[in-house]
Amino acid sequence: MSKPTIAVKSVIIRFAGDSGDGMQLTGDRFTMDTASLGNDISTLPNFPAEIRAPQGTLPGVSSFQLHFADHQVRTAGDAPDVLVVMNPAALKANIKDIPRGATIIVDKDEFTTRNLTKVGYASNPLEDGSLSSYKIHAVALTSMTVSALSELALSRKDAERAKNMFALGLLSWMYHRPTDATEAFLKAKFSKMPEILEANLVAYRTGWNYGETSEDFAISYEVAPAHMSPGKYRNISGNIALAYGLIAAAQATGLKLFLGSYPITPASDILHELSKHKKFGVITFQAEDEIAAVGSALGASYGGALGVTTTSGPGIALKSEMIGLGVMLELPLIIIDVQRGGPSTGLPTKTEQADLLQVMFGRNGESPAAVIAASTPSDCFTMALEAVRIATTYRVPVFLLSDGYIANGSQPWKIPDVGTLPDLHVKFAHTQEGFLPYLREPETLARPWAIPGTKGIEHRIGGIEKQDKTGEINYEPANHDFMVRTRAAKIAGIEVPNLEVDDLYGDAKVLFLGWGSTYGPIASAVEELRNNGEKIAQAHLKYINPFPKNLGEVLEKYETVITPEMNLGQLAMLLRSKYLKDIVSYNMVRGLPFTTAELVEAAMGVLHDD
Amino acid sequence: MTDVTLTKKDFTSDQEVRWCPGCGDYSVLSTMQAFLPELGIPRENIVFISGIGCSSRFPYYLNTFGMHSIHGRAPAIASGLAITRPDLTVFVITGDGDALSIGGNHLIHALRRNVELKILLFNNRIYGLTKGQYSPASEQGKITKSTPYGSLDTPFNPISLAIGAEATFVARTIDSDRKHLSETLRQASAHKGSAFIEIYQNCPIFNDGAFDQVKDNETKEGSLLQLIHGQAIKSSTYGVVRDGARLKLVELANVDESELVIHDASDPDPSYAFALSRLSGSALEHTPIGIFRSVVRPGYSAMVNDQLSEIIASQGAGDLEKLLNSGDTWVVD
Ligand SMILES: Cc1ncc(C[n+]2csc(CCOP(=O)(O)OP(=O)(O)O)c2C)c(N)n1
Ligand code: SF4
Ligand SMILES: [Mg+2]
Repeated sequence: MSKPTIAVKSVIIRFAGDSGDGMQLTGDRFTMDTASLGNDISTLPNFPAEIRAPQGTLPGVSSFQLHFADHQVRTAGDAPDVLVVMNPAALKANIKDIPRGATIIVDKDEFTTRNLTKVGYASNPLEDGSLSSYKIHAVALTSMTVSALSELALSRKDAERAKNMFALGLLSWMYHRPTDATEAFLKAKFSKMPEILEANLVAYRTGWNYGETSEDFAISYEVAPAHMSPGKYRNISGNIALAYGLIAAAQATGLKLFLGSYPITPASDILHELSKHKKFGVITFQAEDEIAAVGSALGASYGGALGVTTTSGPGIALKSEMIGLGVMLELPLIIIDVQRGGPSTGLPTKTEQADLLQVMFGRNGESPAAVIAASTPSDCFTMALEAVRIATTYRVPVFLLSDGYIANGSQPWKIPDVGTLPDLHVKFAHTQEGFLPYLREPETLARPWAIPGTKGIEHRIGGIEKQDKTGEINYEPANHDFMVRTRAAKIAGIEVPNLEVDDLYGDAKVLFLGWGSTYGPIASAVEELRNNGEKIAQAHLKYINPFPKNLGEVLEKYETVITPEMNLGQLAMLLRSKYLKDIVSYNMVRGLPFTTAELVEAAMGVLHDD
Repeated sequence: MTDVTLTKKDFTSDQEVRWCPGCGDYSVLSTMQAFLPELGIPRENIVFISGIGCSSRFPYYLNTFGMHSIHGRAPAIASGLAITRPDLTVFVITGDGDALSIGGNHLIHALRRNVELKILLFNNRIYGLTKGQYSPASEQGKITKSTPYGSLDTPFNPISLAIGAEATFVARTIDSDRKHLSETLRQASAHKGSAFIEIYQNCPIFNDGAFDQVKDNETKEGSLLQLIHGQAIKSSTYGVVRDGARLKLVELANVDESELVIHDASDPDPSYAFALSRLSGSALEHTPIGIFRSVVRPGYSAMVNDQLSEIIASQGAGDLEKLLNSGDTWVVD
């Protein structure tokens, strides 16, 4: 006899456990199974900086949140409807984010006196009534998993390890998720370890059956597919989208892709992903440090490859001098900064947007470079192509900013038709009489990309100031002034699309203007404000150096511009200084994305400040 | 190969050379310009990449492709170039400060990987360009502008360092000995992986006479231990013999020639070349000169590109459409 089903419009689930409990994998699988049902999705993984903080402690808690709905979702959601916790530490670390009335599923086996005292619970919250305003499901997750696996020749430890699959099975039942994809995934993942595969499959099915049969779970839920434009979709995270974008850009330009990189969270996955795709002719070089990483990329560009380096804020600091050389040599160079919390080592696994001024100005001398920023996980694909377009057209270093939120967060992505990708084919300088390495194209001010191996155009370049046109060493005052201005003019003249403003009826007086990963939270806040009858416009900057040509006009049009940033007002500073427009700078630097609620509140303060 | 034979003049750029009069860099430059035609490589396929320092001005004076980069980083830039362009012949020009101080990390890693680079370290045991501070190669106790009371640091022996960094070709030569320098360049160019050459280079302005011991006619014969593959290692007065696992110096007068170590640069065990490198102290009274080590190990760029070809041969060339459509996908009608 099957249980009643309730249709809901959207659900936010957070899986939380010890970093060894496999919460990221559990979340990932639930996401995949959910995406394939046609719900719109947004995810937010959140993991500790330590790979293995002591078991069962607060610093060791890892979580994965996903938001899925029958309509468009912009963020991973503010407040979970369901929290799944694998131990007392996970409960303690997450309970403050959980609204009363929410469902909490706990592994009660882990709520032992020892584990409780480890995180400072004086009494068991499952028993002392402190959780009475939540719907608690205390499930013997560990022991049920272990007993389901008793037939298998497994150590208790290995059996216990499968409990995340039990949890996944249970949640899959609760939300009517299909099971074949996860079963296929497990079969592929553990093809060489038949016992472990069996354990995971059995745990997964046992969890599902438990939902179906246990009286504790009376109702299951259904979320109808969202209305999405027709096409083929897949789920994608920002880092994977960047890697794919670079491979696509290499094809679009006809260049060999060379990645010089040094591992750093949260950028390493781009290195890992590209390293898998050697059959595309991609060369990945794990350098001895960040300086060598960008240096090798610049060397590769000099030789006519597409030189790329990927890193996070601390790596940018090390690369600065080499990027300055790139500015002087006027060669294409792509620098991807997946920002994390700073300064110094800061919050390695958390998100932040505080490298903007570093990439704008963090080099000696007048050293302009192009700066663009991706706004969502899937936008990373598009912006990788844009970074390559700008770098190869203008022969300049281009910074592409991402951050921990969109790097690890994911969303459904409508897979583009390869045929519609832009043609970015480049032209190298050819053999010619009277070749001058710094003779510029009049429209772009780009100098020739003159690669070794081309007969008759042998020449020397370097970091010393050079004479206009000839590129020879030159220390004359007027020449230096001219060259400094020319390099600046070249960046200022880069073609970028105009800023699009979403102003529903054209009558809003307040504009939300963001950049980077704040897109989702801002869009979600704007939606909510409009549902409440507020008039508000939204625009999102993806091009920061240079700014879009119409930006000044847009700023002028609105009485108030609010700029939320996960820093202390870096874009606001740039806007104020360039456009003399006061900006309401709204800042949070907690290592977490904005919630919709706080942006709504911030906007309400501005909309009704009379 | 070129159809026309190039000459020294073809490799000389139109730039006025700007080193101090008497600087050892001049003779290295002129030897290089005279040597390059011998390679039979078209000018456009030769690239010189340097760091910063007096010696790093070198690329400007050669009519090949060249890059004067930033302090210490030439091996990193050159690695990216060599890996993506195995068709080029890439030289790195560096100084003792450039290579051993600020750029030490890049040097050792390029050598360990065996990237196909010819690295020429101009060792004048001083910072020339910044006007005379001590360098990591300066002898302990050196009085310079930054060490008026004498330097305290133990210097690097660049040869020992290179051998410790797994270098496959390690040699030492002298700026003023054109014949020896040319021969060393010849051997280095024939080597498939990284070739590291330390060039003793006189800086008449800030460290004049640093290498007089091995240059002056009265002392050089007695100080230079000639490393010639297949021949006994000796100077005019001393020879090298084995002492258990070690090497030791003995006066030729006290030893039978047959007991002298016959030089084998191809010895796979790096401890032999390392022991040779330790024979000379800072005072240079017994200085091995020539090729310490020359062993065969696959070059890095060759390996990188072979790996790519093998993957493409076994898996087929990448298909972007397939890649983008990989993983779990679903269709919305
Ligand atoms: C990042 C940076 N730090 C410092 C310098 C200043 N600097 C230029 S050359 C040099 C030392 C050069 O010594 P060496 O490499 O031995 O070359 P030489 O001039 O002796 O040939 C220094 C410290 C610089 N150019 N860049
Ligand atoms: S300072 Fe010394 S090394 Fe530099 S150019 Fe003058 S003589 Fe040569
Ligand atoms: Mg020096």
